[in-house]
Amino acid sequence: MTAPAGLLAALREIVGSERCLSRREELLPWECDGLTLHGSLPSAVVLPRDTHEVARIVRACRRFDTPFVPRGAGTGLSGGAIALDGGVVIECAKLDRILAIDGANRLAVVQPGVVNAALSQAVRPHGLFYAPDPSSQMACTIGGNVAENAGGPHTLKYGTTTNHVLALELVLPDGERLRLGSATGWSPGVDLVGVVVGSEGTVGIVTEVTVRLTPLPEATETLLVLFADVVSACRAVGAVITSGLVPAAMEIVDRRTIDAVEASVYAAGLPRDAGAVLLVELDGPAEALPPQIERIRALCAVEGARVQRARDDAERERFWRARKGAFGAMGRLAPDLYVHDAVVPRSRLPEVLARVGEICDRHRLRLSNVFHAGDGNLHPNISFDRRDADELARVVAAGREILEACVAVGGVISGEHGIGTEKRDFMGLVFSADDLEAQHRLRAAFDPDGVCNPGKILPTPRFCVEANPKARGYDHVPL
Amino acid sequence: MRQLFEGADPAVSGAAAPGGAIPEGPLAAIYAGTLDCVHCGLCLSSCPTYRETGRELSSPRGRVHLMRAVAEGRIEFGATLAEEAYLCLGCRACETACPSGVRFGRLLEETRAAVEHAGLRRGFARRLERFALRRVIPNRRRLRLAVDALAWLQRLRLDRAALAWLPRRLAAPLALAPRVPPRAARRPLPWRTRPVMDLAVASQSDVMRTHRASVPKPPRGRVLLFTGCVMSELFGDVHHATARVLAANGFEVVVPHSQVCCGALQAHAGDAAFARELLRINLEAFAGARADAIVVNSAGCGAALREAGDWLPGEGDALARRIRDPLELLDEVGLRPPAGSMHARACYDDPCHLVHGQRIREAPRRVLRNVPGLELVEHEDPTSCCGAAGIYNLTHPEMSDAILERKLRTLAAADPDLILSGNPGCLMQLRAGSRRLGLRAEVLHPMTVLDRAYRNQES
Repeated sequence: MTAPAGLLAALREIVGSERCLSRREELLPWECDGLTLHGSLPSAVVLPRDTHEVARIVRACRRFDTPFVPRGAGTGLSGGAIALDGGVVIECAKLDRILAIDGANRLAVVQPGVVNAALSQAVRPHGLFYAPDPSSQMACTIGGNVAENAGGPHTLKYGTTTNHVLALELVLPDGERLRLGSATGWSPGVDLVGVVVGSEGTVGIVTEVTVRLTPLPEATETLLVLFADVVSACRAVGAVITSGLVPAAMEIVDRRTIDAVEASVYAAGLPRDAGAVLLVELDGPAEALPPQIERIRALCAVEGARVQRARDDAERERFWRARKGAFGAMGRLAPDLYVHDAVVPRSRLPEVLARVGEICDRHRLRLSNVFHAGDGNLHPNISFDRRDADELARVVAAGREILEACVAVGGVISGEHGIGTEKRDFMGLVFSADDLEAQHRLRAAFDPDGVCNPGKILPTPRFCVEANPKARGYDHVPL
Repeated sequence: MRQLFEGADPAVSGAAAPGGAIPEGPLAAIYAGTLDCVHCGLCLSSCPTYRETGRELSSPRGRVHLMRAVAEGRIEFGATLAEEAYLCLGCRACETACPSGVRFGRLLEETRAAVEHAGLRRGFARRLERFALRRVIPNRRRLRLAVDALAWLQRLRLDRAALAWLPRRLAAPLALAPRVPPRAARRPLPWRTRPVMDLAVASQSDVMRTHRASVPKPPRGRVLLFTGCVMSELFGDVHHATARVLAANGFEVVVPHSQVCCGALQAHAGDAAFARELLRINLEAFAGARADAIVVNSAGCGAALREAGDWLPGEGDALARRIRDPLELLDEVGLRPPAGSMHARACYDDPCHLVHGQRIREAPRRVLRNVPGLELVEHEDPTSCCGAAGIYNLTHPEMSDAILERKLRTLAAADPDLILSGNPGCLMQLRAGSRRLGLRAEVLHPMTVLDRAYRNQES
């Protein structure tokens, strides 16, 4: 679908022709994000350099009745940053300035295109860091993190993005600019910041974010615990959490993942003889850590595990780089990877993992597991080749069954990757029609005409189609 | 909405569709290489052109996506991929970031060769480039004449005059050109430099504790020195310094005279055939001499020769295994630290083709830390490209300048006396840049610094 000629002219007038692309071969790289299961070509890509340009772009899109989608680095894993129905991609990567760092009040004001890891690096001299640390943090942007309410390994102790956003500037779908929240962290009235965080770019375009910064801990210890299999590692995680300890992170990496990572540039010397490795990070006052280590050692010994300790900061960093490069390293097994994402009650982890294994075996799929065990946040990774139509169908079928299995034990269909296009039609697994309609009405309060990242998160409801025949969803390829 | 890549757009091309026939010819190798990319995007923030533009199209992942789409016949092989293939610096920082092991540098070379093969690059500039890369750069006599001409221009100050009235594209090489060194520095190295057997060392120096002072050191072996093309003419002093430093470390240094240019510049410009011819000559030149290693003090040449197996499988691989960067070699065998010193605050800026192309990051730093008096300070982002990228600063001056400026800002913030980088392109770029911005730092090859430290002890 091509963009109306008048729209292209208007966009070029705003940003110049250098920053407005519209030829098919130029647009192709924007047809998918980190998930290669879904793709859709935008009708144009525009790259604004300031909030003012964003507002003008939005108004131009409205004038020509064309939907639009904000996008950061495109590392998302649920097809959230693709433009359906010939929409325009508003690429925010060059809104990349850190506007202010306030060490005394532990906050920073940033544009949405600032890279997550770059923010932590910039505030380090102040003895601070930005706590949410998704695995893609070396590339992903704060704007994308806000859209997806991104988590990461350290979510276990520090919470997700929503716990770290104090205030926002939002360009509404009618081009108006709105300021939400307050830098103090206390905002009277309805918590609209909470609505925007995790809305996946469906209520407007975030153009400025005030984030909370966290003091660097005095001491950090990282343990590498070697288990015979994933299930016994899960049991140990349960025991640690039950004991009342609050580690900063607890991550399980299985054998297949270790093999892939150790073959890559992120090789960290992870043990090759363990069935699964549990990475435990503890942080806090230096004297508090040794007793915690001893307790974890004892709890893991019950499962017959061996405990190693990162010798120094360099080794700790290697471990984490290996953990965070794990998804990408799976590219060594097959051309494509489906990084699944679901959350189950921690106590049900062992049985759910066994069930996930059965599902993938039955569909003859290559499964690997690397996940935030402490949070009960699973990431079953399925390697596949999108050129193989039969395998693709099996991946999609297994994906659905995995979600059903998680929901059956009281889990939910996404932990941190968002719903996007990937899971839109599974929302019915966890929400009733009334629940969904309530969400629809909230979203419509921001975007009554459904022009801001349409076709994402919510399945098309009855009332919406009745009210606005154009607001039909995309032709969904059966998942 | 459709599932991605369900088929080629018939309006665009009838060529190979996914799941259909595998493309043939130059696209086949490219296609296979693109399948390594799993689309995670970890490469994005490491890419200088993505950081400048914010365009997925100008990122490693975007470029791989385009290559694959072309190979699958979803889009025509046309101007967009051709432009992107040349807008890329070939710095290979994405390879250091890529967990999936995409060989981007190789893919880029193949894509550029396919661009040339398809006739997608034409015009005077391209003809001039090819003439220079085939006829001048690898021909010692003509290169010397060209450098002599440049020296005369500089001596008569005509280069400044020319800068004023020449169009920018033609003036750029003159602006970037370093001052041609005096004849003495351009004289070829002797074919053999003997190892220094008895190094007079200061026995009380801290850094010497591990070494027995004043005991004659046995020779450590024999190495061959690769001299390349522009290195000899414009940075001959670095070759002399390299030979002296290696000799001081107990190596006999031999310079095979029939060697030629490594072919990296040509391969990077899509002229793989010519690069292969040069490699054949070099294989012969280095085949005869018995030696422990072939030392290459230019990171770009070293990276190309280390991957000679891509150009000529088998023979090329055998040559590749013998290649060493001088700092890597000194780190391996243990530097005999100079008794002299070199009092300066220095920033080591990683040449892309050393840190990303050859994966050598710590060795140069370890060696330099052993130079008495030298204080090594880290600046921000030392492993990112300076924008030189072979002849990129001539073909894409605007992008090159933007990238250079970012680099110089980080260097200026660290306020060093010396900026060290082991590659001729980077040396020229950083020198021209610091001159323009009025940075006080002297830009040197690390081997020059080591050599000065050894020479300080003699005087």
